[in-house]
Amino acid sequence: MNAAVLPPDRALIENDIEQYLRAHENKSLLRFITCGSVDDGKSTLIGRMLFDAKALLDDQLSALEADSKRVGTQGDDLDFALLVDGLSAEREQGITIDVAYRFFSTEKRKFIVADTPGHEQYTRNMITGASTADLAVILIDARKGVLTQTRRHSYLVSLVGIRHVVLAINKLDLVGYSQQRFDEIDREYRAFIERLNGSIEQVTSIPLSALRGDNISEASANTPWYTGPSLLEFLEDVPISASTVVAPLRMPVQWVNRPNLDFRGYSGRILGGAVKPGDAVRVLPSGKTSTVARIVSLDGDKAQAIEGESVTLTLADEIDISRGDVICAAQEPAGLADQFEATIAWMSEEAMLPGRSYLVKIGASTVGASISKPKYVVEVNTLDRLVAKTLNVNEVGVCTLTLDRAVAFDPYAENRDMGSFIVIDRLNNHTIAAGTLHFALRRSQNIHWQALEVDKSARARLNGHKPCVLWLTGLSGSGKSTIANLVERKLHALGVRTYLLDGDNVRHGLNKDLGFTAADRIENIRRIGEVAKLMVDAGLVVITAFISPFRSERKLARDMVNQGEFFEIFVDTPLAVVEARDPKGLYKKARRGELKNFTGIDSPYEAPEAPELHIETQKLSAEAAADAIFVHLRRRGCLDSIK
Amino acid sequence: MPLDRPTLTHLQRLEAESIDILREAAAESERPVMLYSIGKDSSVMLHLARKAFFPSRAPFPLLHVDTTWKFRDMYAMRERAARESGMQLIVHKNPEAEALGINPFDHGSAKHTDMWKTQGLKQALDLYRFDLAFGGARRDEEKSRAKERVFSFRSAQHQWDPKNQRPELWRLYNTRKNAGESIRVFPLSNWTELDIWQYIYLEDIPIVPLYLAAERPVVERDGMLIMVDDERFPLAAGEKLQRRSVRFRTLGCYPLSGAIESTANTLPQIIREMLLATTTERQGRLIDHDASASMEKKKAEGYF
Repeated sequence: MNAAVLPPDRALIENDIEQYLRAHENKSLLRFITCGSVDDGKSTLIGRMLFDAKALLDDQLSALEADSKRVGTQGDDLDFALLVDGLSAEREQGITIDVAYRFFSTEKRKFIVADTPGHEQYTRNMITGASTADLAVILIDARKGVLTQTRRHSYLVSLVGIRHVVLAINKLDLVGYSQQRFDEIDREYRAFIERLNGSIEQVTSIPLSALRGDNISEASANTPWYTGPSLLEFLEDVPISASTVVAPLRMPVQWVNRPNLDFRGYSGRILGGAVKPGDAVRVLPSGKTSTVARIVSLDGDKAQAIEGESVTLTLADEIDISRGDVICAAQEPAGLADQFEATIAWMSEEAMLPGRSYLVKIGASTVGASISKPKYVVEVNTLDRLVAKTLNVNEVGVCTLTLDRAVAFDPYAENRDMGSFIVIDRLNNHTIAAGTLHFALRRSQNIHWQALEVDKSARARLNGHKPCVLWLTGLSGSGKSTIANLVERKLHALGVRTYLLDGDNVRHGLNKDLGFTAADRIENIRRIGEVAKLMVDAGLVVITAFISPFRSERKLARDMVNQGEFFEIFVDTPLAVVEARDPKGLYKKARRGELKNFTGIDSPYEAPEAPELHIETQKLSAEAAADAIFVHLRRRGCLDSIK
Repeated sequence: MPLDRPTLTHLQRLEAESIDILREAAAESERPVMLYSIGKDSSVMLHLARKAFFPSRAPFPLLHVDTTWKFRDMYAMRERAARESGMQLIVHKNPEAEALGINPFDHGSAKHTDMWKTQGLKQALDLYRFDLAFGGARRDEEKSRAKERVFSFRSAQHQWDPKNQRPELWRLYNTRKNAGESIRVFPLSNWTELDIWQYIYLEDIPIVPLYLAAERPVVERDGMLIMVDDERFPLAAGEKLQRRSVRFRTLGCYPLSGAIESTANTLPQIIREMLLATTTERQGRLIDHDASASMEKKKAEGYF
């Protein structure tokens, strides 16, 4: 039976390579993860599979032999774990610390294996590996049976929507190849899975010794009582999970393809369904409809494209579509909502803060988001639902996710790619959580039927230029207002619609309730950011001239508008210079202690780390600085239709 | 009518994933660049970039970090690739290495590689302030590569911290970077050597002719066959120039690239040889031989 599997068909390769290539070209691909507790023997199992699938070459084998003698744990035998434990740090510690991807193929299939760690603090890596897997191989040490980690991994695997689990009951040689022990573990595991209510539909238990090679590629003489397939045989034949239902078209737009004025295409990957010219589509969130005109490719137009393909579409009508929008089947569009019930797996050492502003990436959209206090947290050993105030690292809970604008989505159970998201920390930019959408709590479906006709780009067209924010930051007295006034005059003279926000028109009205404490400064900038955002939406070039001393608030203002619409301009004058200038006598007052919380004296100024423009006022006159800003705007294409 | 759902083949899936990665990275970065090393992986990556953005030109330039010691055929291919793709080609040579006349014969392969490639790359990225660089590395090449992310973050000093990588879930790539950080993006992460060759064959992608066997002038040195590509190659005492039918599995600086004896002069023939071969492709590169953790060390130092 296994002769059909291994070794690769050398004869065919030798005698008719073109025939072999044709066969190879049509192989399918199975992605699977391996998970288990520390010391269950995962790395050994993968090493053994690579070895048995003849995926190792002579130099790898000789390196393995040398390494086995030097640092191996198997005496004179090959230590297969060394093949997989790639990083030297983990070689020293003797544990796998990250997700590693391995590749091998047999006659029927190609495989991508994600080797995922069993260490509790690295659960995030397991979810990572599982998120792209079709199947999971969960290892169990036959001596130890079902452990906490086994339950945790199985729960996570079911959470991620994996339907097939192989229970690899390993180290059977150490329990005398006992069928009784094998059956015990199999029973215990199935009893646990029953209670998961998750996606796992099929469990296949296989008795193994990765170290000795039992039942890896062929039936072992040590387990005559076992009549099922070997691990590799099973992996070759298991159906690859693909939903049997024909899904409706979903294509998030990644990139608007505009080589010239005559062509406007939308590039993205089809995450559901299929598309062909003539198909009616609806674009979310605008709700506008059109039909597909062409599927454009380097190799000529295509007659159709299916799920998984990366394509470029053109539409029959000129409608405004930007990155992050989703092109859907007109009759079955995705949902559109800004509030959801979601399962969230927390991956950061810093606990979740209910109500804090995070970023969420879903499809090709990145939006502001906040997460509620969990409805409950799942205790992974018992699957009990526990009350909790927050989510700590490696905890999984169900929460309400609120976004700052509506996005197109499908429930995760219906479409993995349209219902999954990651949570990003606004300050350090780390990926701190991952989640799946259950359903919308607040729908914006009416938008499907009535598109907002006058939008930002319509206003931009009318104005003849793009809107943006020129955010000047710098110490008091650095010259921000002078430069801002010159820039505005210059732009106005050219017919650009502008508005200058500065202390005079903001502090006396909108923000007159705010003082100069750190908290008030933050609120001050937040409000200015919101006003700037509205003005950008109205199509204006907004110029702001505020000290805005804190990086995080400038970033907050930046994140309120689209990428490319925010220009941070650092008006850089050293403290000694502004203090010497001191046009309003404020520095003197501050030094005397009459003014509290004065930036540069007793309140910090955090200089921009990567401003779009850095103006050193000691080198440039105010006029020259205004020119530099103007030239920058031209270069960035903001004034393209202005003569 | 029940529909027979068509599915993509393995190569179609890889192609779609790579294009997805190229588009996502280009859309979310300010100053992207594609590192172009002229080898077969670079050729595939460039081809995918043309597909990803067609009919537009790929919205980034090509960067070749030159060591001045590449094969002449490689320089010819570089110019052709730039011409055919219509993309801007930036060639950077480390001026310090140039001034010192760093070469593999007098300074050894480690120093040569460090000065021209590692330092040269850092210089070029800093000089042009690129915030994202595409590279053609594959996870199947080497053990420490197997754990590399598709989007890999480097500190302002271009350092890689293998313990502090961001998790990559589904097809959601977090491309947000902190000030000073840059991103290396590997669109070919999930391709194997066989996939690369098969794709080149199917798509008829131009490659440097050195990959195909031909009679070439070589000398035997340290158990490797080194091609004498120009007059800068000093023959040691007792070394004899011979003409043999050879080809290369990987291409780099010609004095550091080991040839293999072969008569395979078509793509199917070299794929056949590869499948029947018993050594990994990186063995043809002298730089990996120092120590078993050498690639990881080089990466931590800033080598691509």
